[in-house]
Amino acid sequence: MTGVSALPPGLLLMVGALLLPLFGRTARTVLVLGLPVLAVALIWQIPNGVSLQAPFLDYQLVLVSGDRLSRLFATIFAIVALAGSVFALNHARTIELVAALLSAGSAISITFAGDLLTLVVFWEILALASTLLVWSGMTDQSYQSGLRYLVIHLLGGMLLLIGVVGHVADTGSISFSAMSLDSAAHWLILAGFLINAGAPPLSAWLPDAYPESSPGGMVFLSAFTTKTAVYVLMRGFPGAEILVFVGIYMIFYGIIYALLENDMRRILAYSIVNQVGFMVCGIGIGTDMALNGTASHAFAHIIYKALLLMSAGSVLYMTGKRKCTDLGGLFRTMPLTTVCGIIGALSISAFPLTSGFISKSMISAAALHEHMATVWFLLAAASAGVFLHAGIKFPWFVFFQKDSGLRPPDPPINMRIAMILFAFLCLAIGVWPTVLYVHLPYPVEYVPYTYTHVVGMLQLLLFSGLAFFIMLPYMKRTLTVTLDWDWCYRRLGPRPIHYLTNMLAPSHWFEQKRIVLQGYLKRMLDTLFLYHGPQGILARTWATGSMVLWVVILLGIYLIGYFY
Amino acid sequence: MKQHWLVRRKTIRVLWFIFIVVLSLTVVAGLFADEHAVFGIDGSVAFNAWFGFVSCVAMVVIAKLFGRLACRKEDYYDRS
Repeated sequence: MTGVSALPPGLLLMVGALLLPLFGRTARTVLVLGLPVLAVALIWQIPNGVSLQAPFLDYQLVLVSGDRLSRLFATIFAIVALAGSVFALNHARTIELVAALLSAGSAISITFAGDLLTLVVFWEILALASTLLVWSGMTDQSYQSGLRYLVIHLLGGMLLLIGVVGHVADTGSISFSAMSLDSAAHWLILAGFLINAGAPPLSAWLPDAYPESSPGGMVFLSAFTTKTAVYVLMRGFPGAEILVFVGIYMIFYGIIYALLENDMRRILAYSIVNQVGFMVCGIGIGTDMALNGTASHAFAHIIYKALLLMSAGSVLYMTGKRKCTDLGGLFRTMPLTTVCGIIGALSISAFPLTSGFISKSMISAAALHEHMATVWFLLAAASAGVFLHAGIKFPWFVFFQKDSGLRPPDPPINMRIAMILFAFLCLAIGVWPTVLYVHLPYPVEYVPYTYTHVVGMLQLLLFSGLAFFIMLPYMKRTLTVTLDWDWCYRRLGPRPIHYLTNMLAPSHWFEQKRIVLQGYLKRMLDTLFLYHGPQGILARTWATGSMVLWVVILLGIYLIGYFY
Repeated sequence: MKQHWLVRRKTIRVLWFIFIVVLSLTVVAGLFADEHAVFGIDGSVAFNAWFGFVSCVAMVVIAKLFGRLACRKEDYYDRS
């Protein structure tokens, strides 16, 4: 089936984003809020199977190809674009909103991309738009982090592109379907996907860049890049065993680093890696139940993580402070922000009646179902760890802890509305899981609310809480950064270069050698110019006669050579 | 300045008392759950309670030890 059946929703957002600067303030607000709503309507018009193709060289690009999974991811991307825009309206500059809608549009386009070339194109647009979002922090820090972010993502995009080219050379097909890890090309594609997911060793870009963005910018950032990676991993590599190990590493990496962190938004950034770890692990398990768990967890995670970041963003917006050591006691004057932050924290911890409870547990249940004992025990420990590092640590240090003396009021009305909306969704999905379950890729047989499960989860979480308060003296925040693999490109790599420049630059010896070398180069260029320049003997116009003469001589030599 | 009621010493004592009561209740409630142990150890009494507690303590200790190795002053990357 070919032909334009409807406007692609991703394209709508991207074109709308680029037109945004042309409008005045009111029209811009209408567009920013209206486009995501329109996009949701279009997403649900997209039928199963291919609905838009375009020829390119010898290939048919599949620009829009829908199914349950792609519609689910596209929907949540559009929803977060809407709520994030509501949240950002009062403080975001136009360029930030443009970047936000561009990221949302490219993320949605990735979910509907039916072939690898289309995927790569939108993958790169997403990387560029996200870099703009990082820069929206408008500080030197955010500029530098944004550059590091861009370099890592261009590297990821390059690996992906090389992999795709290799795949096309091997199979002759550009269609995007499940792959097995049987060739170098497929490993490269996997590496490209995993870099965007925040997998080791290149996960430091996430806690490095995201917290430097503006209060609203990080809400957008948290949703698109890592979750499109989860989506393409679900499509490309379901059941790849290596993902179980990668996921487990990410889970515990996130917990340990978040426990050591002092910056509230960086704590939440580490916990993004942690949560994506659960999803990557689910993809590695690869059964229908695990993939359902991954899809629903991605959906629920985008909402509660955005809520947590809105709550942290409100605190940052109202106080200008990010460090736990500077914050505390804000519950007195920011009650709404506190309550919404706590609802987000309970959801990420998978408390009963919140969205995390009905999604994350499906992944654990899938591990249990497959009798993967070690994985199951580690996931259980990790659930406790999530409550520890995000569920209690974030609200405790920001809103309670000590009295910091700060008395900021709750944020402006648009930010409050966005938080209330997402807090409601966190609870609604937790109370009525069927609303989400009916849209999952496979039929759901899982029942989250059993007596055993509810009591077990409460025990796990409440005793983790007990551990937190008993260990509180050891959790005291310190003014430190924790080294990560990014040390290699922020310290190890630049160090010898700095060392050499410092050693050589002021040296007289070096200056002399440079002049001598420059002299050599100049003489070499002069010689080249003499023979090959416009008047050079080897470059000037020759008479036809002399050419004929040389041809005759050459043919003569050839003839003599032929005879003897 | 008057202290907020939530941070008064007395309130905190009451909150601890309620917390401990709730903790005990979950353990008691757990006794009536039909735990069918899949891996053996997960069928032990109040498994989720002690497993959650122990793993949290372990994670904090590991994080502390790792922090000794990997934590640097805040301006570490700003110094050239």
